Amino acid sequence: MSTNTEVKPETATLSNDEILRYSRHLIMPEVGMEGQLKLKAARVLCIGAGGLGSPLALYLGAAGVGTLGLVDFDVVDYTNLQRQIIHTTADVGRKKLDSAADKLKAINPLINVRPFDTRLSSDNALELFRDFDIIVDGTDNFPTRYLVNDACVLTGKPNVYGSIFRFEGQASVFATEQGPCYRCLYPEPPPPGLVPSCAEGGVLGILPGLVGVIQATEAIKLVLGKGEPLIGRLLLVDALAMKFRELKLRKNPDCPVCGTHPTITKLIDYNEFCGIRGEEAPVEAGVPEIQVEELKRRLDAGEDVFVLDVREPHEYQICNIGGHLIPLGDLPKRVHELDSSREIVAHCRSGTRSAKAVNFLRQAGFRKVRNLSGGILAWADRVDPKMPKY
Amino acid sequence: MPKIQIPTPLRQYAGKEPAVEVKAATVGEALYGLVARHPELRRHLYTDDGKLRAFVNVYLNDEDVRYLQKEATAVKETDSISIVPSIAGGSAQR
Repeated sequence: MSTNTEVKPETATLSNDEILRYSRHLIMPEVGMEGQLKLKAARVLCIGAGGLGSPLALYLGAAGVGTLGLVDFDVVDYTNLQRQIIHTTADVGRKKLDSAADKLKAINPLINVRPFDTRLSSDNALELFRDFDIIVDGTDNFPTRYLVNDACVLTGKPNVYGSIFRFEGQASVFATEQGPCYRCLYPEPPPPGLVPSCAEGGVLGILPGLVGVIQATEAIKLVLGKGEPLIGRLLLVDALAMKFRELKLRKNPDCPVCGTHPTITKLIDYNEFCGIRGEEAPVEAGVPEIQVEELKRRLDAGEDVFVLDVREPHEYQICNIGGHLIPLGDLPKRVHELDSSREIVAHCRSGTRSAKAVNFLRQAGFRKVRNLSGGILAWADRVDPKMPKY
Repeated sequence: MPKIQIPTPLRQYAGKEPAVEVKAATVGEALYGLVARHPELRRHLYTDDGKLRAFVNVYLNDEDVRYLQKEATAVKETDSISIVPSIAGGSAQR
């Protein structure tokens, strides 16, 4: 299938160093000298240097993509290392952008790495995208996904899409001239809170590797103009069953951004579009809270406080403060286990799920129920430093 | 019986089952049977006025039912119905 994204090699040539480095490409007819020159002339922008961005940037750099842009504003932390393989233990605390750029230069000093230390936004996306041929979406949230898609449609750049949850992934190529875009598939995002986030759901460490490498493969095929790109197809990856399925996607003529009569002709406020007000807007505002120090003091004093842990059993195994375990999802059918006359303190990992539990219990008539502010993480920080954090 | 594939994010509302077999003649009947068995799923699939939510895509085998006869699309015994919700994860920061 031919696409308009195929990069035209200009008058560039390969040096002897490059010929040696890329020899396994050069001797295969699907790449050859012509293909390698296309890769050298290609400009690919990776949004995010995290789970998906790590493997795909490493492979694109190794393959000789001449200009590799990276957009990220985050800092490496210990919980990233289980899957974000471009970062090492020594990089914890560094900017992901610096860490990733170092690895890419070490793997392939012959490419041009262009780091952008910024959060992609409606103000900078169009300008950033203009200097690149292909955009690879390795982000982790709905507002940025819609922003990347719309900016790709508006600038006419293909959007190489990948997304993961626990052990399931999706991949496709959106926003080519003939093909559907992300909004053709999902015109609207889910309301916040209805779909569990990765922080709640977790992710199998190798899954972003699997999906990110699929994205890298698609980006390289687009550059080379070879093979059958994932245009008009949604690839579903189930790592647990190790099954790959494919669904047909169609360009929606009524699509608000790429349809025949688009209503979105410039970038919008994507946080508002996704129902998110403010940066870290609490899901449940205004629930009564208790601080970890106060809970500790009252438990030590032998006061009658019933501690309710609303996390999952496998989280309880990691660490607990001896609370009565009822996972948030089971609370409605197990509410009879609780005594509404007693004082109840609900907690989870960071305080979000337990805030929902407190709201639920208050609506169910419980009056003396409070949320442990900051959850068991705050307990580990401020009460018991020996407690593991996760 | 046609089989409905439940995606990971929704399994917690469906008794943790990866797939459910439901006796049904149409896609709509199959989904109705699914939420009858797992009432917690209802608000994740349907709006308050009973319409399928816009971010929930339903496929019959590999075809989007929006491009068939939507919920009236006939299903055969051997068919597979997939619910494909949007997922956003990439680096699991949030």
